[in-house]
Amino acid sequence: MDETASYPPIEPSNFDLIVIGTGLPESILASAASATGKTVLHLDPNPFYGTLYSSLPLNELTSFLRSQSQPLTPENDESTQLLTLPLYSSIEINSLSSEPIENSRKFNLDLSGPRVLLCSDSMIDLILKTGINQYMEFKSVDASFVGDAEGNLGSVPDSRSAIFKDRSLSLTEKNQLMKLFKLVQGHIGKESGEDDLISEEDLESPFVEFLNKFGLSQKLKSIILYAIVLADHDQDNLENCKDVINTKSGIDHLALYHSSIGRFPNANGPMIYPIYGQGELPQAFCRRAAVKGCIYVLRMPVAALLMDKDGLTYKGVKLVSGQELFSNQLILAPCFMIPSRLTPAAQVANSYDVGRRDAKEKVARGICIAKSSVEPEAANCLVFFPPKSLYPEQKTTVRVLQLSGNVAAGPSGMFVTYLSAMCDNAVEGKKLLDAAISALFSLPICGNSENNGIEKLSENTDSKPILLWSALYIQELTMFQDSFNSISFTPLPDEHLHYNNLLDATEKLYQKIYPNEEFLTQTNLPEEPVDDDSSELD
Amino acid sequence: MHGRPRKAPTQEEQEASSLKAVKLRELQSQLLNFHRNKIYTKEAVDISTKLLESNPEHYTGWNYRKLSVQNLLESALDSDSVQSILDEELRLVENALKQNFKSYGAWHHRKWILSKGHSSTDKELRLLGKFQKLDARNFHAWNYRRFITALKEIPDEKELQYTTDMIYDNFSNYSAWHNRSVLLSHLMEAREGHSGKENVLGEEFEFVRSALFTDPDDQSGWFYHLWLLYQTLKREPLLITSWPSTGSNIQLSVNGYLDGQSLLPVLHFQSKARKYPIILCFNEAVEGVCSSTVTVECEYHAGDDLIWTPLSANKLDFAQAWLTYLNFPDEVNSLKPYSVKITVAHVPGITSLSGAPCSTTHTSFTVCVPLHDLKHAELQTMERISWKEEKFRACATQPQDANLLHSLGNFKITVENKPSASDWSMETIFTEIAHCRELLSATDCKIGKLTLARLLMAHNTLISYSRPNDGAEIHYDEILALYRDLMKMDPKHLCYYEDEYSLALLKQLTSNTESLLKYSYEYQESTSPSMKSSLCLRLNGLSLSRLGSMECLLWVQMLDLSHNKLRSVEGLEALQLLSYLNLSNNKICSFTALEPIRMLKALQVLDVSYNEIGAHSVDSSRYLCSSPMNHAVGNDWNFEEFANGGIKLNDHWDAFLVFKDLNLIQLEIMGNPVVNDQLKAFLFKIMPELKWLDGEKCN
Repeated sequence: MDETASYPPIEPSNFDLIVIGTGLPESILASAASATGKTVLHLDPNPFYGTLYSSLPLNELTSFLRSQSQPLTPENDESTQLLTLPLYSSIEINSLSSEPIENSRKFNLDLSGPRVLLCSDSMIDLILKTGINQYMEFKSVDASFVGDAEGNLGSVPDSRSAIFKDRSLSLTEKNQLMKLFKLVQGHIGKESGEDDLISEEDLESPFVEFLNKFGLSQKLKSIILYAIVLADHDQDNLENCKDVINTKSGIDHLALYHSSIGRFPNANGPMIYPIYGQGELPQAFCRRAAVKGCIYVLRMPVAALLMDKDGLTYKGVKLVSGQELFSNQLILAPCFMIPSRLTPAAQVANSYDVGRRDAKEKVARGICIAKSSVEPEAANCLVFFPPKSLYPEQKTTVRVLQLSGNVAAGPSGMFVTYLSAMCDNAVEGKKLLDAAISALFSLPICGNSENNGIEKLSENTDSKPILLWSALYIQELTMFQDSFNSISFTPLPDEHLHYNNLLDATEKLYQKIYPNEEFLTQTNLPEEPVDDDSSELD
Repeated sequence: MHGRPRKAPTQEEQEASSLKAVKLRELQSQLLNFHRNKIYTKEAVDISTKLLESNPEHYTGWNYRKLSVQNLLESALDSDSVQSILDEELRLVENALKQNFKSYGAWHHRKWILSKGHSSTDKELRLLGKFQKLDARNFHAWNYRRFITALKEIPDEKELQYTTDMIYDNFSNYSAWHNRSVLLSHLMEAREGHSGKENVLGEEFEFVRSALFTDPDDQSGWFYHLWLLYQTLKREPLLITSWPSTGSNIQLSVNGYLDGQSLLPVLHFQSKARKYPIILCFNEAVEGVCSSTVTVECEYHAGDDLIWTPLSANKLDFAQAWLTYLNFPDEVNSLKPYSVKITVAHVPGITSLSGAPCSTTHTSFTVCVPLHDLKHAELQTMERISWKEEKFRACATQPQDANLLHSLGNFKITVENKPSASDWSMETIFTEIAHCRELLSATDCKIGKLTLARLLMAHNTLISYSRPNDGAEIHYDEILALYRDLMKMDPKHLCYYEDEYSLALLKQLTSNTESLLKYSYEYQESTSPSMKSSLCLRLNGLSLSRLGSMECLLWVQMLDLSHNKLRSVEGLEALQLLSYLNLSNNKICSFTALEPIRMLKALQVLDVSYNEIGAHSVDSSRYLCSSPMNHAVGNDWNFEEFANGGIKLNDHWDAFLVFKDLNLIQLEIMGNPVVNDQLKAFLFKIMPELKWLDGEKCN
């Protein structure tokens, strides 16, 4: 408290908007608001940018996870103190070798991984539009695979040349798959007024039925549904499927995927990943906001909310330094909680990003560190374990993103692997991740606690990488609180592999707060190549 | 660059380009002046640099540049200054290529510089990498790459891997596939024996199959597949048929008719000369057939002095069919059969266009020479031949005709030492047929159909090599159906499909005696007292646009090809016995298209009525044909002899060319736009033996 108290007071003390938390949605909002001339104060209690979207050194990641798993009990009932929401639960850290911890600072571990950018997705468009690509560098994700319980990885033939090269596909499969891709391209590229290549009725029907009609093999269907269209739930089981993908969205996603290939000549696949981790993204938006006049103060916890005399209307915030600051609007990262005393009881369900969401659904996330790649051919790659591929009762897809030292995920020679899967509860979530981990890694026999560094390997010691360190945790997906008055909450990191839904929710939130303002317009900064995979000669 | 629509230039662009043109014209005139006066000063050279960098297409500029470099090199003192001169040239070419990377002059200049001993090949490969990144199909870059890899002695295997990488990157790359075929040709040559070739081709078929199945509409893979097919079928040239056919027993007759009553084929020959034609047909065009490569053993003939003539419409020394004459001295006139044996020797000498030597084969037959009955020959008066339907009687019902045809048609020569490759070829083609059918069952694709048709044809050809004339050739109906389909699907290439259809149909018709019999008729001379009949092959009304399989029809003396779509009669030149030919109601559009029949010395009756001769102002076959314009007609071109009475060379040189050496007795030419009284008079003049012209009797 002494340290924070010694901060010089923030000038001025009145703002249009105060944003607490520097996660991606908060940073985009701060950037968008300051771009339209609003006075914005952006605060973060942490000494780093990114909040729930940050990339952290190994030790800091563990302590952050732990800090966000304990609710702070209010000091007294009268308090307007800002509380921490227990977002993470069942945190399980497994340290099987001391090497990762010794190199803690050399890691940039994503809190809400796995996540990548599709070269043609709306996030990339926003990055280019705002010119923040000048603050970032990207590398290609080299390859995608579909895995099974034994850890066999089959490549994802996602392009014409990949289909041609793939030795595991039969000739008929090659033919069918390319036909589908061509149909999708034709459907998307058709001029208005031309005959629809796919009937309206088909577009509304489940995508899996469309694929069946196309005569695709089970293997190809699985590749398309779970590795390209990125379905979470078992699409073959339509009755019990929580999120049936219809043909229209399936085709749209395929089209997005294909337009991502070759958008940037120096990216060699549809997906890219920011060097130094996804935490670079919120930071880049913050830099842009700062250019537009937004004031930044890190390491500055907010002690309490300042309410009007009626006790229900927001007025401002009181910092731990004791300074009181006032604003018309307040945006809070979703890891904060307002004492329930302040929230109006009649508040109905949150209007954004709720959709069909089952209140029980959570996302299980995992981080693994090893010294060799799960696939010798690729340093940065994705692996998908479709439903039922790991064990018969597996209900959701487990997605895996392995990153190497060349995107600074860890020290060179170490590979960081992120996993995620939707689940109803922690037991199920852990089971999903454990199954995927044991398919990909060799596990020491007694690896149930920390600091037990005996590297005794389990029996199937083939060429699989040996797991050195892992962290598993369950993250909530459901918001417990809603915006009211002038206080808004940004969305939680979702279960998706990409940023599209998050960005949509953020834009909607912005338009709700500022219905008459534009959301991040084009800057005149020269467009630079997004990828640094430059292989130009000379 | 490919697939980029051209945009109309804007006003500003047009103005900029005309401004540039003014500057370029100025530079050009300066350069031409320097060139003329051999000025190679620094200032002059700089002007040429300027010009070539903005207009690399100025080839005089490049020539000037070469002269100036030579000039500079002569005065260069040490290797450093040589190096800097050449470096400057490379820099210039690089800039020029940046302006237009498809400039022939620039690429050529670069090669020339490197041939001067500049050794910067690593840099060259990097530069090539850059250009191929810009456009992976740029054939200039690929061409140059071959030049550099040869210079640098990069092993073919390494380059092959490079093409693999490029094809993996994007398999719609004709240039990469082409380079692959070039490299593999070298590698297969280097690897001795069949198994090497078989392994290579097997792997390549598999490689390209992936591309064909992935995107059947992409043609580049199919073209490579076609190359592989040729490699699979490639073999040494073979003697496949001869006239007289092998094992046959021929009786000569002087009266000009096949004797229908005889079970043995009887040959008409020109009685005055007692010359007896022998024809050898190979499976592909060969050269080097002469008395030292072909031995003819005959009781009356040493065979040393035989002169073999290529029967080919084009003037190269290559031909599929070769002709010679056996001379029988007058004293040979008994009915005793004389045997003749012909050996095509396996000595380097007879080679195909690709240089492969011919295998050893034999053919033998016996000949009976009757009494020299000159009187009988002179008594022979010929009646006008009519091609009317009622004159013909189908042979199919006549057992003796069937026998006759059997003996005529048993023409195929068995190869003694069958090449070992054929089993493998057969298997490969068979596999490819199966895959092609699988693909077509999933995708309706033109080039896939065409490939299937080609594969099936190839299969039939292979069968015909290994099992002579046992009627086992199959697939013909399927092939014909495929081509009919293609004509409908792809009318742009109708002519090609019609031609291929014709070739397949003719192959089918000639594949065995039974089918030939269906088209064989007896020509009945109603008024002839002797009631002699002639055997006529009637291939009329079959939509043929092109001729083929002539090697199976060497015995034909009377041929009806009327009511087809023939545009050319190439191939007919092999039918040296042909006396009566009906080409009426076809699409022959010039006299020059009839050039092959110039070689038919036995031809007496020709019907070319109702064609399109003279209907088209542009004669596309004219430049392929020997003419006084290209000095290919030899010394006997005595047109002036006939060029009186208002006939001009320009008008009728082509008619003169075709008809002057023919001994026609009867000619039908009506129904062609070219016909007029002047032409008719001219034709009578150049063919004194002509008795009937368009039904009018001469004199």
